[in-house]
Amino acid sequence: MIPAAKMIALAIAALFALVLAAKATDSLFAVHAWIAFLFCLGAIAITLKVMPMGKAAKAGEQGKYLDSVIKAGTIATVFWGVTGLLVGVVIALQLSYPALNLDLPWTTFGRLRPLHTSAVIFAFGGNALIATSFYVVQRTTGARLALGNTAWFVFWGYQLFIVLAATGYVLGVTQSKEYAEPEWYVDLWLTVVWVAYLAVFLGTLYKRKEPHIYVANWFYLSFIVTVAMLHVVNNLSLPVSVFGAKSYILWSGVQDALTQWWYGHNAVGFFLTAGFLGMMYYFVPKRVGRPVYSYRLSIVHFWTLIFLYIWAGPHHLHYTALPDWAQTLGMVFSIMLWMPSWGGMINGLMTLSGAWDKMRTDPIIRMMVLAIAFYGMSTFEGPMMSIKSVNSLSHYTDWTIGHVHSGALGWVGMISFGAVYFLVPKLWGRKELYSLRLVNWHFWLATLGIVFYASAMWVSGIMQGLMWREYSELGFLVYSFAESVERMHPFYVIRAAGGLLYLTGALVMAYNVWRTILGHERSERPVGMPAAART
Amino acid sequence: MADVERDEISGTDTTGHEWDGIKELNTPLPRWWILTFYATIVWALGYVILYPALPLIDSATGGLLGYSSRAELAAELTQAKAAQAQYLDRIASASPAEIRADQDLLQFAIAGGRSAFSINCAPCHGAGAQGAAGYPNLNDDDWLWGGSLDEIYATLKNGIRAPHNDDTRDSIMPAFGTDEVLEKAQIADVTNFVLALSGKDHDSAAAQRGAEVFADNCAACHGEKGTGNKEFGAPSLADAIWLYGQDAAAIGAQISSPKHGVMPAWAGRLDDTVIKQLTVYVHSLGGGQ
Repeated sequence: MIPAAKMIALAIAALFALVLAAKATDSLFAVHAWIAFLFCLGAIAITLKVMPMGKAAKAGEQGKYLDSVIKAGTIATVFWGVTGLLVGVVIALQLSYPALNLDLPWTTFGRLRPLHTSAVIFAFGGNALIATSFYVVQRTTGARLALGNTAWFVFWGYQLFIVLAATGYVLGVTQSKEYAEPEWYVDLWLTVVWVAYLAVFLGTLYKRKEPHIYVANWFYLSFIVTVAMLHVVNNLSLPVSVFGAKSYILWSGVQDALTQWWYGHNAVGFFLTAGFLGMMYYFVPKRVGRPVYSYRLSIVHFWTLIFLYIWAGPHHLHYTALPDWAQTLGMVFSIMLWMPSWGGMINGLMTLSGAWDKMRTDPIIRMMVLAIAFYGMSTFEGPMMSIKSVNSLSHYTDWTIGHVHSGALGWVGMISFGAVYFLVPKLWGRKELYSLRLVNWHFWLATLGIVFYASAMWVSGIMQGLMWREYSELGFLVYSFAESVERMHPFYVIRAAGGLLYLTGALVMAYNVWRTILGHERSERPVGMPAAART
Repeated sequence: MADVERDEISGTDTTGHEWDGIKELNTPLPRWWILTFYATIVWALGYVILYPALPLIDSATGGLLGYSSRAELAAELTQAKAAQAQYLDRIASASPAEIRADQDLLQFAIAGGRSAFSINCAPCHGAGAQGAAGYPNLNDDDWLWGGSLDEIYATLKNGIRAPHNDDTRDSIMPAFGTDEVLEKAQIADVTNFVLALSGKDHDSAAAQRGAEVFADNCAACHGEKGTGNKEFGAPSLADAIWLYGQDAAAIGAQISSPKHGVMPAWAGRLDDTVIKQLTVYVHSLGGGQ
């Protein structure tokens, strides 16, 4: 867009935000309008700053690919990753030591928990997906990102969404739908940003110089399209006032529950699975230097995965008011999903055949392999937990939390870290990372953290489930709920320790990335080389 | 497919596509993978035939097994009720004292009472009924509203200062300080008198002055010697058991602006047989006085 038109658009947006702030019927809405206003001012300031050197900047950006936005996205990924994990450790400690809620509304578990989930899923995961999808779609189509600088609008628009969502949670703006807590106006804004994202992605595919569309892009596209559909349908609501934060969801009762879990489960399926499979399909073969194991498998598992996943949501509502027939369908679709999910694991792992020795010398590949292994484990555990008789024990317990985190920390986290380590030297034109040995440290800290986390939650979850259903011979409940909470304490402490290890690993990554960007290179013994061979 | 080549390591052909250096092998689907996938589909079809699964216009297929989660729940509840019926029917028509006298029923009532206690009472009174600040310990012999079976039964049924219950245990101690019934100095004096009653360190001159204040204002409910009165739920001030703290500051605060405990009326929330079981259980902890 030409600078003048851009300035006018930004000025109108700023004015619009001011009007919203002035007419706001509640203080929370006013705070958000002011944040939007400041964002517009910031955008105007940046535009003014780069305008005089617009030509020079343009020349710099006239390379084959638009990579500056990917650099920003990579830094945002690391930043939000560390932030989200930190909040996770805080709330894990709150569950172990309730005094840490501090008796302030803004710092209670109830408000920090959505802050954690949204920060890791949408801020960390979302930025990782947007940045890598922009990188991958350009490399595999041979085309520059479509629609000029719209990618930058997507980046900054998405950050604004994150800030509005996060401040909303802490201040108490929520529509109380899990993983979809932001209110109507934040949802509308995300819709605008997401449509721009879809347009950039589709436009780039349209411009492609390759005859075929690479498999990674199928997954990325399915993620973008499906998330748009899920987001819009689940968030259909009627605001009380166009100048106020509160709205009412159109769905009610069991229909609302089903819509919510159709959304929630497919956020897992298309955001945390399909999107990150797209990531895997590019970065694993690139880093390993081997062809993808099976093209046929990639086609079959892609179509079966996206067809089956969308029906599996009702397994979140077993033994509830949801009619039996819907529970049955949710369960059988989940079981059928097992092999399509594993297709991705097979294709990822078998791509290493002929290059397994690289596991020894390349900690980035080690990280990716661990990610795929956790992907395989979680996608087996998921269908198993969807079986009604298993679910009757596991539902509402920490087992679910453990399952989610073995997927989130193991699969989503590790594959994203691998992608970040791959991308940073490439984007900033460095030969390699500052230190591969630090990657190895990150690998082990994270792995140990996941083991602590997942095993603590398995034990405490199954213990909870068994305690809740324990009846005496005379037919009385043996334990009260409070007694089961008391028993959880040691496991909650172990879980927090695991989270702390994982966070430490992420901080090591942040340091490594920072030094790499600065252009430093640590002189160190290569990973996997015995000490004796050093001379 | 012009650029199909053979991958040396696997001996498999590529598809001939290439993106940014990435190629793909044309490996067939792993046999175990596709067979397992088919097996899950067959299993799913079987399950769909046996269980409620397919939505119709205003109902759904019921499945050959005729399963229904509501029916299953109802059957389990009926079974559970039947197993307890022999006891519950007798408890329904027995008084707490009669339950206590029947070994068979007593054993059942204590087990049921313990379970109901841990679910309904433990949040305030503690899992071991040991109480907490503001919530009485139920293991000792000190009973605000009486510790006999009938008194406990009445307290449980109607609660203490429970809203919307005409028979609830109710009494209000005047706020001697905030309502300016007594001077600050008088409150300090009577605080010392109360400290003296239970044999704690006190200012004896102040306590002497406080004796008169106590006789005029407190003795009506707490008794001349401060031993309390169960009719009003007025606690004994002459023992070592204190609900809201036992130092001068806590006692002074309670005289000046008293806190009043509230317990829900359990009649209507719990079945009468459960309240009777709770009565017998709580009585077994520290009742009998």
